[in-house]
Amino acid sequence: MENYLSLFETYDVPAAFWINIQLSFWAALWALAIGTVLALFRISPIPSLQWFGAAYVNIFRNTPLTIILAFGFLGLFSVMQINLAGELDVSLFRIAIVGLAVYHAAFVCEAIRSGVNTVPLGQAEAARAIGLSFLPAARLIILPQAFRGAIAPLGNVLIALIKNSTVAAAGSVAAEASGLMKTMIEFRSDLVIPIFLTFALGFVILVIPIGLLTTWASRKLAVAR
Amino acid sequence: MSAQQVLFDAPGPRARRNIMIGNIIGGLIVLGILAWVVSALAGKGQLAASMWTPFLESRTWEFFILPGLVNTLKAAGIAIVTSVVFGLVFGVGRLSHVAPIRWVAGVVVEFLRAVPVLLMMIFFWLALGSSGAVKPQDAPLIAVVVALTLYNGSVIAELVRSGVYGLPKGQREAGMAIGLTRNQSLRNIEVPQALIAMLPALISQFVVILKDSALGFIITYPELLQYTRRLGVGEGNVIPSLFVAAAIFIVINFALSTLATRLSVLLSFRTKGRRPAAKEAIAMDAAST
Amino acid sequence: MQKTRYAAAAVAAVAALTLSACGGGDSAESGSGSSAEGGGESLRIGIKFDQPGLGYDEGGSYSGFDVDVAKYVAGELGVSEENIEWVEAPSANRENLLSNEQVDMIFATYSITDTRKETVDFAGPYFVAGQDLLVPTDSDIAGPEDLEGKNLCSVTGSTSAQKIKDQYPGVQLVEQPGYAECVTAMGGGQIDAVTTDDIILAGLAAQEANAGKFKVVGNTFSEENYGVGLPKGSERCEDINAAITKMIDDGDWEEAITRNTEGADYTFNAELNPPTPAPCA
Repeated sequence: MENYLSLFETYDVPAAFWINIQLSFWAALWALAIGTVLALFRISPIPSLQWFGAAYVNIFRNTPLTIILAFGFLGLFSVMQINLAGELDVSLFRIAIVGLAVYHAAFVCEAIRSGVNTVPLGQAEAARAIGLSFLPAARLIILPQAFRGAIAPLGNVLIALIKNSTVAAAGSVAAEASGLMKTMIEFRSDLVIPIFLTFALGFVILVIPIGLLTTWASRKLAVAR
Repeated sequence: MSAQQVLFDAPGPRARRNIMIGNIIGGLIVLGILAWVVSALAGKGQLAASMWTPFLESRTWEFFILPGLVNTLKAAGIAIVTSVVFGLVFGVGRLSHVAPIRWVAGVVVEFLRAVPVLLMMIFFWLALGSSGAVKPQDAPLIAVVVALTLYNGSVIAELVRSGVYGLPKGQREAGMAIGLTRNQSLRNIEVPQALIAMLPALISQFVVILKDSALGFIITYPELLQYTRRLGVGEGNVIPSLFVAAAIFIVINFALSTLATRLSVLLSFRTKGRRPAAKEAIAMDAAST
Repeated sequence: MQKTRYAAAAVAAVAALTLSACGGGDSAESGSGSSAEGGGESLRIGIKFDQPGLGYDEGGSYSGFDVDVAKYVAGELGVSEENIEWVEAPSANRENLLSNEQVDMIFATYSITDTRKETVDFAGPYFVAGQDLLVPTDSDIAGPEDLEGKNLCSVTGSTSAQKIKDQYPGVQLVEQPGYAECVTAMGGGQIDAVTTDDIILAGLAAQEANAGKFKVVGNTFSEENYGVGLPKGSERCEDINAAITKMIDDGDWEEAITRNTEGADYTFNAELNPPTPAPCA
């Protein structure tokens, strides 16, 4: 037990989780923004945009995240020489955010589309009847209801994103949770199970409230019909 | 709601002209993005023929891509079988009328769904490697398969459960009426139907397994991405190699996803009267990696 | 490939069984070590598969300095090249592979340390490496003192990375899954230097894709004695040492280094090399 507690003096576990939380937070914002635009493309009347949205979703949804993150470091950073900040670690951190956001945007798009499917036909017809064209109808009538219908699936995407932030270790954000866990186990292989359970529990604590919260919110905010 | 048809009117002459203009602008933007990517790649010499010719050599395929693909498919294939078994056991466990079994299954499934797959992989890899219980060379494959099984098996357990919940009550009542016990009715009547109803979501989960198997490269499992990196580094064509690896994954997964969509259309006739919402919610879990 | 590996293992097992059967009174110990000692027709040797210049899987064949030394030693032990079964030995797995007797010996940039000696035996050293820097040919970095404010790359969790973190806090360090990633980033100009043992760096720089782009600084700041890892209690140590000495004496050793670092601006540390193998425990 003392052995176990001394681990926390040597290794800063909360700091590692804080990296994952920051990664997830920024990636979630960007994924939401990109995903919403993609969803708009997919329901728009313009074929080229529909096609682009569909192609984006099919490509990124079917590519392993590890490849996207490896492409971030090796492709964007190393070969294309794209720097997103002056400082090296900040730049790599942002590249990891881009990778996570680009990947999860495909799932956000699909979540919003499933939300659009919960909006009854009459809503769109009514919007048209009062003379709204596509963008105003989408902005004022369809999307607000679609987001409320999409809360549960969006929550699932957020949960997946938080868990997937551990993969950023492969994209060179070394100080996050899975990287630290590996280091800790390698140096203290006698405590392998307690170390694993500590990190596992950390994610349970992060993830389960989000699940409960989004379930609650999706019921509370469900459009009464 | 099928948004495509109702969000905008059947276009008249003016609207058609506007759509045409929008289409051209949209097309130009898309082409512009593509052109920018291509020129950026070309500017760094990534489109030079020498970057891509290695993929015309049989050596590249024989010693790098195919062995990698075989290992990826091996890990994913085993994990698909074991996670379906795991999912059935725990799914039925969560539906058990014996409360303790239900609770245990519930806690296990909820816990495993909350822990990142990568964390489990690293744990099993290091724990198995140092325990001596398995050959050190086998530890990465076993760790990949076990981690994928625990996570995806839990998701499949939830699929089984919500599939059974989605069945009309009459199914179980009919089973009981002909003298089956609750367990018999569950095993013989309800779970098989639930599985068919959930088949599309199940196949989407297989896509997740295939994609997640690429996490194996972090724990030195020589799957496709690992071999591709080795090839790219040796030939100095990292970006083309990653493109090829991504393309292979996309083709396989796109085929699986298309199969899932086709099936769900096909099955929607057979599964009428069940709650579609459960399906939607579960299918979204596919966001994992 | 996996299949042939199993097949080879099966052949080795059968051979070992036959041997022990002939020996009559011999204990029927499975696999390696003492039982295969007498005939020694085949060997399972652990190497790196992803370390160009030292141990690298070329697709069906293996190349590098570790591989060359291993082949020579095996030859001296009476094992021909086609009877060697190459096993991948990643750093994290080396002790496990030896203590579970999955390999007979390991040539994989394996530094002799006191901690490791507790679980495995070592023959050699066959090379003395040192932590060094790999920089672009036109760089003016001459040693770790010049790294202040520069971007440095090393492998996640490696001792080289840790050393830099401890001793040169002003350096911006990126940790990557492999050195090859570091070299790719340096090729793009995003990284100023890569650090690890000098011979590993030389091997990376000698790759065809990198020819002429990088140089090894040649200012080592640590001493790593590469040994041949053996299972605890192995009786091969003396023979391996004799083989290494012979390889050094007849010039094959130096030739192997030159061949595997060709194209890299590199000379090994002649003060410490070639080493004299330490007496076996």
